[in-house]
Amino acid sequence: MNFFDQEAPGVRPLLLSSFTATSCIGRGLDQTLDALRRQDSGLLPCRFETVDLETFVGEVAGVDEVGIRGNLRSFDCRNNRLAQLGLVQDGFVEAVKDVAARVGANRVGVFIGTSTAGILQTELAYRRRDSATGALPADFIYASTHSPFSVADFARRTLHLSGPVATVSSACSSSAKVFASAQRMIAVGIIDAAVVGGVDSLCLTTLYGFNSLELTSAHPCRPFDPARDGISISEGAAFALIEKTPENLDADAILLLGVGESSDAYHMSSPRPDGLGARMAMAAALQAGGVAPSEVDYINLHGTATPSNDAAEGNAVSALFGSHTACSSTKGATGHALGAAGGIEAVIAALALRHGFIPAGVNTLHVDPAIAIDYVLENRAQVVSRALSNSFGFGGTNCSLLLGRAN
Amino acid sequence: MLTAYIEGIGLLGPGLNNWPEGRRILAAEAPYVSRPTDLPPPASLPPSERRRASRAIKLALAIGHEAIAAAQLDPATLATVFSSSAGDGYNCHEICQALASNDRQLSPTRFHNSVHNAPAGYWSIASGAMASSSVICAHDASFGAGLLEALVQVVADNTRCVLISYDTDYPEPLRAVRPVPDAFGVALVLAPRPSAQALARIAVSFTDEASLHIADESLERLRQSIPAARSLTLLQTIARGGAARIIVDYLEYMRLGVDVTPCS
Repeated sequence: MNFFDQEAPGVRPLLLSSFTATSCIGRGLDQTLDALRRQDSGLLPCRFETVDLETFVGEVAGVDEVGIRGNLRSFDCRNNRLAQLGLVQDGFVEAVKDVAARVGANRVGVFIGTSTAGILQTELAYRRRDSATGALPADFIYASTHSPFSVADFARRTLHLSGPVATVSSACSSSAKVFASAQRMIAVGIIDAAVVGGVDSLCLTTLYGFNSLELTSAHPCRPFDPARDGISISEGAAFALIEKTPENLDADAILLLGVGESSDAYHMSSPRPDGLGARMAMAAALQAGGVAPSEVDYINLHGTATPSNDAAEGNAVSALFGSHTACSSTKGATGHALGAAGGIEAVIAALALRHGFIPAGVNTLHVDPAIAIDYVLENRAQVVSRALSNSFGFGGTNCSLLLGRAN
Repeated sequence: MLTAYIEGIGLLGPGLNNWPEGRRILAAEAPYVSRPTDLPPPASLPPSERRRASRAIKLALAIGHEAIAAAQLDPATLATVFSSSAGDGYNCHEICQALASNDRQLSPTRFHNSVHNAPAGYWSIASGAMASSSVICAHDASFGAGLLEALVQVVADNTRCVLISYDTDYPEPLRAVRPVPDAFGVALVLAPRPSAQALARIAVSFTDEASLHIADESLERLRQSIPAARSLTLLQTIARGGAARIIVDYLEYMRLGVDVTPCS
């Protein structure tokens, strides 16, 4: 298939010229790939902060040791430390610098997804309120730590870019939706390239909040298992540099072929049982890429491991693809990094494409017999030419990314 | 240059109860009297959800419905961009207060209302819209970032898009560190082509020119105190009905130049 002669109704593919992910299974691509090949899980019993919940989490090691200094010191918080840790992996900063030098720093956009940004900073500040006045401590800086924009602003400043910048905060679809924002801005010609990604860090709001909804598991999460009983919350940072596709491409270059978005119009915290919204997002991504369902080799499922989410997504996948497309949720390995999940899983899909393997869904012992999909329980070595990555969230927000190899 | 037609406007803020009233005030046909924003209960939600709706949800739904009704369109068919500095401040305060107490249990409703896309989610439920909804945050640049995102959708996808830009106030102690004093929201129905409903054509590009102020001191204070109210210069130009080039606040290093041309 020649992607370059393709015009409407599809969109022109974009090149992922650099990408990186940091999660509880590793810092950067090499560690992430090794963990996926070993089918490791990074989920451990929750020891985060003072949290007293019986649940497993995916904590990134060493975040507290990251130093944010100099003129960005006011951005110092766990979320931006994790962002910085993620940005410095895999030569990502240097790749962005090269593109900025080529097209201009004001022609590179920054679009970062997060659900809670640095809310942990506010949670901690509320423990230190002045006993007389109730005021928050003087060292608490809302704008550059907790404000949702802080993480996109921090990334832009770290990368010395001066194009359009925004945070996307649509819960667990956030860092998939950033690909759509960037793609449209490149399409209309106001930027030539974009840094997209997601950063979300552990905090009490999400741990106690999902617990209140009885959506967290007391075990490492088991997506698509008949015994699945909830999510494992995690954290992570993932970034991709996307730009117009050049004339000459390496054979193993990774392309963004299409993005599909939809809304459920159903419920704030439950998906449509029939999976219609999810199906519309997947179908729109395929249409944008001019790709038939049978041409997709792998689907990285949203697969949070709640009974209703996985059932609805399974219905959506089997309705659109039948039961023969290889699927897995990698949240058994990485946990659910919420606003960073879409970015992490786009990178995992890119690794599957680049290295020719389908990552298994770990922790899952059996596949729910009520869900008619080909859920992969052992890694498979095979050529993967096109991969779909699903991200769905609270509020019924759905986004699917279609990635492909250039050859 | 990104071009679109504004087919409908929704407005709600301190002393600004809707677009028809706000238009007269901004055109200096009526005096501006600041008073606390009156947020109506969201009639489009089922009663159980209506009771639990946060200030941000009430505001976003009210302005979205006003703009779309003015444009005589069906909300179920329209893509949306929601833009705000952050989520609902009162909800955030209650969560942080509970988490700092001896009893950390949160109410499920409070938690799901804490996501920044709660107004977008409720909008989709209330309107039946299954089209894409984007949720943008850019602190003080939120109106400019939302306008840009919505315009780009109109041009890239050659389809209508509704911008719903809103901010709600914070209770103490958050107000001291994020002094947004009241709720303000503006919704714009943007279309790629002119229609009978079109009020104005806007053509937007990046500029480093300084943003424009509003001559009326209390309206200018409002414009500067709430991110979504950075829209007031654009709204005033439309209210006056003439052609003009204005500069709208966006990022500290980049603003939006907007050429406004009235329709009909």
